[in-house]
Amino acid sequence: MEPKDRAKEELERLEAVAGNGLLGRRAFLRGGAAFTAAVTGYTLARSAGAAPLTDDPWSLVPGAISPPYEQRSRFEGKVVRTLSNPKGETRTSHARTPHQLINGTFTPNGLHFTIVHSGTPDIDPDKHRLVIHGLVKRPLAFTLDALARYPMVSRMTFVECGGNSAPMFSKEPIQASVQALHGLASCAEWTGVPLSTLLEETGIDPKAKWLVAEGADSLALSRSVPLTKALDDAMIALYQNGERLMPGNGYPMRLLLPGWEGNMNVKFLRRLKLVEAPAMSYYETRTYSQLLPGGKAYRFYFLQEVKSFITHPSPGLALKGPGYYEISGIAYSGNGRISKVMVSADGGQSWAQAALQAPVLSKAFTRFRMPWRWDGGPAVLQSRAWDEAGNVQPTRAQFVAQRGETHKVPNVLAFPNQHYNSLTSWAIDGKGEVKHVYA
Amino acid sequence: MSTPKLPAMALALGLGSGAALAAGPNLGIPLEPADIAAWDISIQPDGTGLPIGGGTPAQGARIFAQKCALCHGENGKGGVFAALVGGAPLSGGIDTPKTIANFWGYPTTVFDFIRRAMPWQQPRSLTDNEVYALTAFILAQNKLIGEDDSMNAETLPKVRMPNRDGFIIRFPDKI
Repeated sequence: MEPKDRAKEELERLEAVAGNGLLGRRAFLRGGAAFTAAVTGYTLARSAGAAPLTDDPWSLVPGAISPPYEQRSRFEGKVVRTLSNPKGETRTSHARTPHQLINGTFTPNGLHFTIVHSGTPDIDPDKHRLVIHGLVKRPLAFTLDALARYPMVSRMTFVECGGNSAPMFSKEPIQASVQALHGLASCAEWTGVPLSTLLEETGIDPKAKWLVAEGADSLALSRSVPLTKALDDAMIALYQNGERLMPGNGYPMRLLLPGWEGNMNVKFLRRLKLVEAPAMSYYETRTYSQLLPGGKAYRFYFLQEVKSFITHPSPGLALKGPGYYEISGIAYSGNGRISKVMVSADGGQSWAQAALQAPVLSKAFTRFRMPWRWDGGPAVLQSRAWDEAGNVQPTRAQFVAQRGETHKVPNVLAFPNQHYNSLTSWAIDGKGEVKHVYA
Repeated sequence: MSTPKLPAMALALGLGSGAALAAGPNLGIPLEPADIAAWDISIQPDGTGLPIGGGTPAQGARIFAQKCALCHGENGKGGVFAALVGGAPLSGGIDTPKTIANFWGYPTTVFDFIRRAMPWQQPRSLTDNEVYALTAFILAQNKLIGEDDSMNAETLPKVRMPNRDGFIIRFPDKI
């Protein structure tokens, strides 16, 4: 046996943590050059194509001046959201986050997903008002200037549309990117005024059990929210990743309900009415009440349950030859922190625990990572997440048994049902191409 | 006088409700009900908040032809956008289109959504009487009320929708 092969065999025996090439976290860090040589099949000797280093043109002239608001490198122009309604027809518009083209845990403001049902209103912040009334002791109106003087809090939290991942209800896997399948979820640092602070000032009539939140958009979109959530961790968010909210995310203010269905995080927020019972609005009793097999429907789903998906690799990100890769992805739960993510490279026959990027925050995206040596053969990559409340992502078989699937393959932009949180599987073929499969 | 004593001071002076005692900035502008009336379009399934007025299916049919049929088709049978009449059995699959007749639990939701959101290009341009009439027309087209039944704040909440009991609260502990 050649020395190289012996080293490779030894490393595989020592470092493999699950089938089909999943490696221990320390393998890459400890192994150094010998490890790299073994797992990639390449030596570190200079390859035939390498050339002596020289200065490139941009290193030989002074660069550009800094603009007041910096834009991305001109080489990053393809990192954009995909639009479901680019011509602004009279229907809902979705802009999906390109998870496969970014990394880390927070979504840049220009790439945060948005859904607007009747366009984004052009709101003058000086004229906008937030009114709190109904079953309160003192109805009050707050200007943006007034709210900006209140004690604020910041928190990282994801926002996810209840219809995110809806193509996964298809009876057959739809070939689409992670952006198309899961792009209606994003994560940001939100800063604003705790709603409980404002409700202290209005006072709460003991009869109040819900509030109805309403936006200043042309639909006056409204959703009913239990008062317990409003007093728990709800926020009137004014800032998104440090700057004022983006227009598509509700400028100048939105209701933020960490971990709850995106549509309830009412944008362009202008009115909160405290009431005894839910309003049974269009979006809560129709759109986000989802049908179950047999014909009953869930109402008041609210929670975005524990979920994860692999972003790297994923469809569109082909592997360039056998060797070392990092499998990474996003996990999150509306029930709190992610406690564990398991990864499989053999379609769920064996699993290994992924590393979680610290800090792991409650109701926020958590990045997981897993070293992997691809041997060039077929592989099926999956991730499965657990949260601190003990919830686990259901397997596809478990999920479909309870929630059903479509009879026909729907359009990738359609919403055949809501609140999918089962597994996502990526199959790698011998050429390194990545496909969406059910496994 | 030091700042921390302010709440106690307010209490001693008997300044209004508990709300006035909050230690926060108190920068909200007090409102009277009349100030809020134009924005307060919330209604409840029991009819709370429904305005005065009313309308019949026949009146609604005329308005529908003028202002709604362009998108929703003749008599609400579907056009560029969703049909407002009919609907398949919900047991037909998890992606069965959800319609007023087969899915909506409360008639007040029909009134509420028309009033707040329709017509798409001119929301909140309809009078309350027109909204009642359109609601009556759509309910009658779906045979949920009679052709001559007038809808108003008394009659509308009493219309029983076929799927009213078709729902399961997903997380009862959250509400």
